[in-house]
Amino acid sequence: MKEHLIFTGKKVVRMALLLFCVSAAAFILVSVSPVDPLQANVGQAALGSMSREQIEKLQEYWGAESPPVERFFNWAKDFFRGDMGISLLYRQPVSKVIGEKLQNSLWLMMIAWLSSGLMGFLLGVLAGFREGSILDRIMKGYSLVMVSTPAFWLALVLLMVFAVWLKVLPVGLSVPIGMEAGSVTVLDRIRHAVLPAVTLSITGIANITLHTREKMIDIMESDYVLFARARGESNWSIVKNHALRNVLLPAITLQFASVSEIFGGSVLVEQIFSYPGLGQAAVTAGMGSDVPLLLGITVVSAAFVFGGNLMANFLYRVIDPRIRRGGAWG
Amino acid sequence: MEEKKIILDIRNFSVSFHQYEKGFRKTELAVIRNLDVTVHEGEMVAVVGSSGSGKSLLAHGILGILPYNAVMGGELWYDGELLTEERKKALRGNEIVLVPQSLAFLDPLMKIGSQIRRGKKDRESREKLDRIFAGYHLKKEVQELYPFELSGGMNRRVLVSTALMGNPRLVIADEPTPGLHMDLVRRVMSHFRELADEGAGVLLITHDLEQALEVADRVVVFYAGTTVEDAAASDFQSEKTLRHPYSRALWRALPQNGFQFIEGVQPYVKNLPVGCPFGPRCQFYTEACKEEIQSREVQGGKVRCTLDLHTGR
Amino acid sequence: MKRVNGRMAAVLWLGIAVVFLTAVTLFGWRVAESALMTDFSRKNLPPNGAYFFGTDWMGRDMFVRTVTGLSMSIRIGLLSAGVSSVLALFLGILAAIMGKTVDSVITWMIDLVMGIPHILLLILISYACGKGFRGVVVGVALTHWTSLARLIRGEVLQLKEALYVRTAQKLGVSRWEIAWKHMLPHLFPQFLVGLILMFPHAILHEASITFLGFGLSPEQPAIGIILSESMKYLAMGRWWLALFPGLFLVFTVSLFDMGGESLRKLLAPGSTHR
Repeated sequence: MKEHLIFTGKKVVRMALLLFCVSAAAFILVSVSPVDPLQANVGQAALGSMSREQIEKLQEYWGAESPPVERFFNWAKDFFRGDMGISLLYRQPVSKVIGEKLQNSLWLMMIAWLSSGLMGFLLGVLAGFREGSILDRIMKGYSLVMVSTPAFWLALVLLMVFAVWLKVLPVGLSVPIGMEAGSVTVLDRIRHAVLPAVTLSITGIANITLHTREKMIDIMESDYVLFARARGESNWSIVKNHALRNVLLPAITLQFASVSEIFGGSVLVEQIFSYPGLGQAAVTAGMGSDVPLLLGITVVSAAFVFGGNLMANFLYRVIDPRIRRGGAWG
Repeated sequence: MEEKKIILDIRNFSVSFHQYEKGFRKTELAVIRNLDVTVHEGEMVAVVGSSGSGKSLLAHGILGILPYNAVMGGELWYDGELLTEERKKALRGNEIVLVPQSLAFLDPLMKIGSQIRRGKKDRESREKLDRIFAGYHLKKEVQELYPFELSGGMNRRVLVSTALMGNPRLVIADEPTPGLHMDLVRRVMSHFRELADEGAGVLLITHDLEQALEVADRVVVFYAGTTVEDAAASDFQSEKTLRHPYSRALWRALPQNGFQFIEGVQPYVKNLPVGCPFGPRCQFYTEACKEEIQSREVQGGKVRCTLDLHTGR
Repeated sequence: MKRVNGRMAAVLWLGIAVVFLTAVTLFGWRVAESALMTDFSRKNLPPNGAYFFGTDWMGRDMFVRTVTGLSMSIRIGLLSAGVSSVLALFLGILAAIMGKTVDSVITWMIDLVMGIPHILLLILISYACGKGFRGVVVGVALTHWTSLARLIRGEVLQLKEALYVRTAQKLGVSRWEIAWKHMLPHLFPQFLVGLILMFPHAILHEASITFLGFGLSPEQPAIGIILSESMKYLAMGRWWLALFPGLFLVFTVSLFDMGGESLRKLLAPGSTHR
């Protein structure tokens, strides 16, 4: 038990350090930009409606006068206290903007993450179980084409088919235009999230299927499956007792590693379906030089990605008896 | 002595693979060309051949678990009837069992107990396994371990235990003692001897003649895909009672006979000579050896040679 | 005969991929001028015999625009994947031979780059470079080197244990000389396959980031620009503006992917019976 605590502690510290580095790297990137966020937004109503105090604070972070290192520590100090600054475009605290957008996005991403994980796993296991069968060839072909398909184009095609041509689903937006947020029903939300979620899932499935399939093929060629067959175990018994057990571990790594891809994909998909989530906010922030928001989103996304890795590591330790009991590969 | 019933009879067995060579020509690679073995009930027969000669494929062929690109030839008879793929499926794991070489053949993520019981949880299977473990002096707690937790002393007994969950009439042991200390080898071999003494036929596949002679009743000498001699284990007491030049070479290579090795190496399956595969390394090589050589009975054994070493002709 | 000669198929794929990509790149380069040519007498035409992919609202030939865009994408992909894979090779070798500190710094950098979703990092880098062509190339180059670097690092660590390398070490040959003379030749196949398999990702990410408006400027007929512009006209039923350029992109990227995979299979040992 103590060993697990040490392990978890180490990983958490590492994650915190990595997050710090991510924010530093992101800060450096926005600092070297030739675009001055304050200049770019000077004509905007944003600055006009801000208090003197807020503008001073912005100067402190982003103004060209103070040296970058100092600015970074000013920013990081406040960030650590939960004050992510004020969004230049939304004229609201960044934390509030991110909170709202993340809520919308999480819906979408959870659906896509779970469905692509489950479907990809299932299809990968089926295809890999009978390498070379018709099903395997279809799955492999589908996956290979799909990993080559940009999510944004797939989104356009789905939009053309279902929203423009068949007119069965709305073009986008998480809620119907002009409707009060309070009067939006769950059904409305779902209807508007269908196309973005489907797009994200379809592209996510391909990758997971391909990798699960590879692992499955390795397992089916392993000595222990050969021996199980020699002992008269049926196909079903081999899948149930050996294949699923062994393919599960790599699948977990894969599933949590896909968090990053889902985040990336959501940026494109939300933009196309004008879905007011974190991804769309990232694009808006990047286009509109809303540096505080862009940095905030970067750090939050990275936290999700690292959190995913941490979860995978942790689950591995719980599930794999070689680590759980042997203490090997600590 | 009454004649025991033949449990396994393998005639002209062969295994070949489809393979691509450099370029795109598809060739057929014959790994086993001509293998004959018979095993009686209560008898332990050792197939002896050097490493890399494809002996394991014999085991896989009998059990019907050859890879998809392998083609099998010849006839397999089990218990007086032709051993078809359907029969293999029905019998393997129950009447015909395999004892593998190493722990790599066990699922690393499944506990020993439920793995040996093939996932079954009923009382009968549990009690049976408990009895088997007791017989091998394995503690009951071992059932709750994972393969990586087994100690070296335990894992052989665990592997042999896998064979006993069914009602084995034919036990195939594929190189069951790789790199083991001679004491341990004797102990493992004694487990197989016990199985044979209880009436099962045991087919031992090994590269180690010394080990084979320790326990086996008969030895089948296998060279480059062909069985060259089938002899009683007692024939190996003296060089003179052996029928094939390769068997004699093996005999001379035994520690107690002076460790004399002959020149050359076993040819790779792709470059096999026509006729006798041992020809190029044989001191008695003649023109006659370049033709297909039939197996014939000599002095209660079988040999595939143009020469009759026995009578010195 | 079931597996119709895997090796032959691999070479065939590779051949098709190379020929097609060269043709598109060169052709697109040549017709780049006419891709921008407007002609209002032929605007908004659906696909027909004269204009395979139709024309847009300014009467520009969509086929020419698509091929030009792809050609540009392929060139950007080549450039950025090239830079990225050299970076990967360099950092991979460095991590493996320069000792523990350098190794952990590079491993840390890999984790860092992998920690930020690619698109987001691309947006950041593009913003840092003031958008445009340079931002795309730098962005793609800086985001794609990680997995190849890991692979190379592992390979070099293995090579370090090889007898001839250890002998060279004992003879006093310097680390750099060993890496250059004894390791690079062994790494080449891996490097080549890694490079080719990086193209598709590079192209897709270039298209994505351009689509979002952070990449090439709207005057250039890049695939991302074409698709982004087509969005405005989707609701009017001008499906051809989005469908064909996208299909062509998918086709190109798949070809790269399959070509790379084929090459990997051909170079990989132990695939003889497939």
